[in-house]
Amino acid sequence: MTTWMLRRLIQAAFVMLVMTVIVFIGVNVIGDPVEILISPEADQAERARAVAALGLDKPLWEQYWRFLSGALQGDLGRSFVFNEPALKLIAQRMPATLELAITAVLLSVILGIPLGLYAGLRPNSIGGRAIMGASILGFSLPTFWVGLMLIMVFAVQLGWLPSTGRGPTRELFGVQWSFLTWDGLRHMAMPALNLALGNIALVLRLTRAGVRENLPMDYVKFARAKGISPNRVVFVHVLKNILIPIVTVVGLEIGGLIAFAVVTESVFAWPGMGKLIIDSINVLDRPVIVAYLMMIVLLFVVINLIVDLLYTVLDPRVRLETKE
Amino acid sequence: MSATSHDAAPMPPKQETPFRRFVSEYSESPVAVASFVLVVLIVSIALLAPFISPQNPYDLAQLDIMDGRQPPGSKSLEGLTFWLGTDDQGRDMLSGIMYGLRISLGVGAGSAVIACVIGTALGLIAAFAGGKTDTGIMRLVDLQLSFPAILVALMILAFLGKGVMNVMLALVIVEWARFARTARSAALVEARREYMEAAQCLALPKWRLVFRHMLPNCMPPIIVIFTILVARSITLEATLSFLGLGVPITEPSLGLLIANGYQYMLSGKYWISFYPGIALLVTIMAINLVGDQMRDVLNPRLKR
Repeated sequence: MTTWMLRRLIQAAFVMLVMTVIVFIGVNVIGDPVEILISPEADQAERARAVAALGLDKPLWEQYWRFLSGALQGDLGRSFVFNEPALKLIAQRMPATLELAITAVLLSVILGIPLGLYAGLRPNSIGGRAIMGASILGFSLPTFWVGLMLIMVFAVQLGWLPSTGRGPTRELFGVQWSFLTWDGLRHMAMPALNLALGNIALVLRLTRAGVRENLPMDYVKFARAKGISPNRVVFVHVLKNILIPIVTVVGLEIGGLIAFAVVTESVFAWPGMGKLIIDSINVLDRPVIVAYLMMIVLLFVVINLIVDLLYTVLDPRVRLETKE
Repeated sequence: MSATSHDAAPMPPKQETPFRRFVSEYSESPVAVASFVLVVLIVSIALLAPFISPQNPYDLAQLDIMDGRQPPGSKSLEGLTFWLGTDDQGRDMLSGIMYGLRISLGVGAGSAVIACVIGTALGLIAAFAGGKTDTGIMRLVDLQLSFPAILVALMILAFLGKGVMNVMLALVIVEWARFARTARSAALVEARREYMEAAQCLALPKWRLVFRHMLPNCMPPIIVIFTILVARSITLEATLSFLGLGVPITEPSLGLLIANGYQYMLSGKYWISFYPGIALLVTIMAINLVGDQMRDVLNPRLKR
């Protein structure tokens, strides 16, 4: 187990290193580093000074080394627009994105599992079929289009919910959160639902498939024969067995949600990391772009690692395999 | 012509070719047939846009700013009816959508074709070469697939800037891995078949073995993945263009049309965003439904 974990950690570190190389090559070789790292407003003398200061006259491997050691110390450059460390800017915007992503995960579990259970237990009922049909829509509709429709219906036509923005926030542990105020929750409802839609469909389908797969199994028959109530069989025995793939997928999808928050945040003008990166790309604020990419890659590597570890904890079969 | 003269003779029992069987099994679902017809219709509209659209939305001489933001069904100063309204430039939305479809479908299908060729070739090579080559390619595939498509595309466009070619490049990089994985798993199954052994006994050159004998038999799953990935790349392109990172304003795809109308939606001028969205939606859904039915028909596990 320890060797496996160690190997997995080294693997994660290696992926991280590869990604720094890719981002570095993307910025320094594909793009013009002078264009990318120096403010477009700089004049010729400033440019020459900056080239020397940034070490762009040095060989490539030495530049990479500087980039890497800077990144390890949390120095990824300063934003041209805000004139603040890029990493700090991203850290400031992160709670808004995380809040949205976590709410979306909760929504997909709270809505997806019951709907999936219903569709799995009554596969031929009208409700079950309708749920499955709707789940295809949840997969294939473009996120931004659904977001626009939500705004059009609930904000413009019905006027029930605010169309954009984050609304008032309240401080908890030194960070501003929306979910602590009623108006903040109202602002969060549409973006969170929008972000969660694909995942609701995913969880729903996984749950349904799991139920259909597990119901004919011997342990279910045995539990029934023992006289355990049907509710207990479904909600304790079956649910426990189908939770493993659901936990894995939901865990893996947290990263996807944070990535897709880029779209939702742009539609709803939600002031998170995703909106920051789009704004930064549009004004060519490249240090922020680099910092965002490095942060998100780190996030992904960590999430993949955690899911793998959780998997071994949750599923005894995997644990046994890795022990051998 | 020879086919008709053969048919005139006393009808021999119809030969059951794989293609005929595929067509008859596919036609069992009316929804799938309708979606196929719809896809053909959409592709024809896109191809014929310059001939059938009411106006050329890029010919500034045909546009009149006075016609801007007219609701659906209103008439222009010259008597042209705007069935789907106009955008802020006085551009007929129906024509805009027809031209937008060209770009959306072109970018989506084009990138899927390129990704399919590259990915399939790499997948077959991985399966056939085995060993280090296989491990190397598949590691790359795993790494690629562990990051969401939108993020990879975002990264590439952040480096390269916007533009039709850059979007296509991003979509190809996002998609090749799925083709590689599909082609490899199909090829691994086929490699163990007897006809491959026979072909190997004939001492045929390796490329001929892989591309002439194995590839045709690997096609069914690749075709299915191709259909689904065309829909996905159209969605992704639309999303990127909506975010302002995709196609330039001079070549607006459906996604960019939707983005242009977004600012007017809050003031109730819904049609500028709404109708391109519907066009996008119908396109994606139709392609997906065709793909779903093909998967069901071509999947040997579901064979009755």
